[in-house]
Amino acid sequence: MQEIRSYTMNFGPQHPAAHGVLRLVLEMEGETVLRVDPHIGLLHRATEKLAESKPFNQSIGYMDRLDYVSMMCNEHAYVRAIENLLGVEVPERAQWIRTMFDEITRILNHLMWIGSNGLDLGAMAVFLYAFREREELMDVYEAVSGARMHATYYRPGGVYRDLPEQMSRYSESRWHKGKDLERLNRWRGGSMLDFLDAFTEDFPRRIDEYEELLTTNRIWKQRTVDIGVVSPEDALAWGMSGPMLRGSGVEWDLRKKQPYAKYAEVDFDIPVGVNGDCYDRYLVRVEEMRQSNRIIKQCIAWLRANPGPVMVRNFKVAPPSRVEMKDDMEALIHHFKLFTEGYCVPAGETYAAVEAPKGEFGIYLVSDGANKPFRLKCRAPSFVHLSSMDSIIRGHMLPDVVAMIGTYDVVFGEVDR
Amino acid sequence: MSETTAATAGVGPERSALAKKLEARLGQKLVALVEARGEITIEVLPENWLAAATLLRDDPDLRFEQAMDLCGVDYLSYGQAEWDTTDVSSEGFSRGVEGEGPGRFAWANRPRNVSIPRRFAVVVHLLSIRHNHRVRVRAHCADDDFPSMPSVVGIWPSVDWFEREAFDLYGILFDGHPDLRRILTDYGFVGHPFRKDFPLIGNVEVRYDPEKKRVVYEPVASVEPRVLVPRTIRDDSRYEQAAAERKAAEGAK
Repeated sequence: MQEIRSYTMNFGPQHPAAHGVLRLVLEMEGETVLRVDPHIGLLHRATEKLAESKPFNQSIGYMDRLDYVSMMCNEHAYVRAIENLLGVEVPERAQWIRTMFDEITRILNHLMWIGSNGLDLGAMAVFLYAFREREELMDVYEAVSGARMHATYYRPGGVYRDLPEQMSRYSESRWHKGKDLERLNRWRGGSMLDFLDAFTEDFPRRIDEYEELLTTNRIWKQRTVDIGVVSPEDALAWGMSGPMLRGSGVEWDLRKKQPYAKYAEVDFDIPVGVNGDCYDRYLVRVEEMRQSNRIIKQCIAWLRANPGPVMVRNFKVAPPSRVEMKDDMEALIHHFKLFTEGYCVPAGETYAAVEAPKGEFGIYLVSDGANKPFRLKCRAPSFVHLSSMDSIIRGHMLPDVVAMIGTYDVVFGEVDR
Repeated sequence: MSETTAATAGVGPERSALAKKLEARLGQKLVALVEARGEITIEVLPENWLAAATLLRDDPDLRFEQAMDLCGVDYLSYGQAEWDTTDVSSEGFSRGVEGEGPGRFAWANRPRNVSIPRRFAVVVHLLSIRHNHRVRVRAHCADDDFPSMPSVVGIWPSVDWFEREAFDLYGILFDGHPDLRRILTDYGFVGHPFRKDFPLIGNVEVRYDPEKKRVVYEPVASVEPRVLVPRTIRDDSRYEQAAAERKAAEGAK
């Protein structure tokens, strides 16, 4: 038999399964991977340095653009870090809204993940179904913030504005008419919460649909079972968090263990895996969608019953209302100062972490008392997960590399920052 | 705050149990321990960095099995404002766009030979899953011209890329790191971009040259160094009043 020598192969940065701009230098022997050298940084935008040159509030929008499929969770970590240092207390209703939108974001992220991971591994149809539901949730994003993705909705001291009374509706056009229009507008008669309520009633049925396509699918199981096994010890040593850690059987969720916002008051379970392979992580993420759905329902019930302020009434941090500005000089000055100079944050340092859909997203913030951060560091889960690629993928076959990238759920916005 | 975390539960005027344990275990190695807002920051000397890290991971009462984050910090210009707010000034908008404050200089006229003692630091955030607590450990590099720190990759493999990142962005060398290459910046990049004396607009830009028919690197010319909002540090009456109001509100509860 002819002897095969090891050779080097380039995977990406332009590759449909590279999830953006990942470049892998693979050392192969036949079809077996001997070594992986991920090259990252092709999307490096120096977010942290840019934030150092801007007042605190102007960097919230950058946070959306880090992990651009779990936007509001990133904002949550950032505004929590600022609130920690300022000592601002967030109104209860704003905290419930944040809890609800964190979970909407989790579903958005996991839908994106299940769709693209399915696509990577040859299950085309899931992608189409997952994006159908994403569309509805992005409409909810749009309803509160005006933007489908990069919302800048969370602000230090609360959220930008209260939930809208009227959900936006489709109007008749050449593309949407008749029965189609009726179907699109069937949940949109009332408020945004009514729309979301109808969605959560319907959503479990749709998760069943995805599961029907994948969970017992022979090809799907051949591609994922026993692939990329991570032992609990390895998962801890490699700093893993979120579904990567729970897939290996470690019961750890910041929402339960170090609760923030209103997670201590809602009822939900943490799914954990057994074998730590790609299939278990798939099951964990699917179950997380069901649990998120449960949390959203509880948030809707609370938000319906308890109206109230959504922003702290501290004009050093949050702008006064337009009405107040018309006849109050103080309010006008506050408004002007807030939007030109920003606010000064007391000197100190803090680390605020949230359970983002991909794992622990943390913000380390150092302030020297100025109106801009002195140092901002984003602890991105994808970055840490990807760093373990080499040790986990050694000895696997080339197609498993694609399965592994998919199961990491990497997004290059936050890997490269 | 109503967002009580497990870590803030033990906050009081005296030190929390974890802080006492850290003091007892680290003993002489501990340079400083600060407990604020339920977060504990400890400081060690670079020569004790490895020993302290091993102890923090292996001690049964501490057991920090996860290193969540490691980063460099450049303390140059810490606490400096660009605009004196304690006195009246005759300058208007110009203070926001002129001067050579942070980010407002080009590569050619970047500040050189600036040096402050204890300029670079390495900060690591540790998490114990078993005990559900966190700690932040900091060490200042001994030599500012040639900052270095022992690598803790052998203790927590997760810091591998974080140390590469700190080397790339701050130029901190990690002794004993198996593969200390640049990670985020371009191949063949010059300088350490997150240092405070590195211009915000960068040093080189790329464009496609139709004559040479390839991408060329040139010194930055297409953007001006420009930061609109001046950096201010205020401790005037507005903030004192806000603090007093907050205290009164807390007292009323």
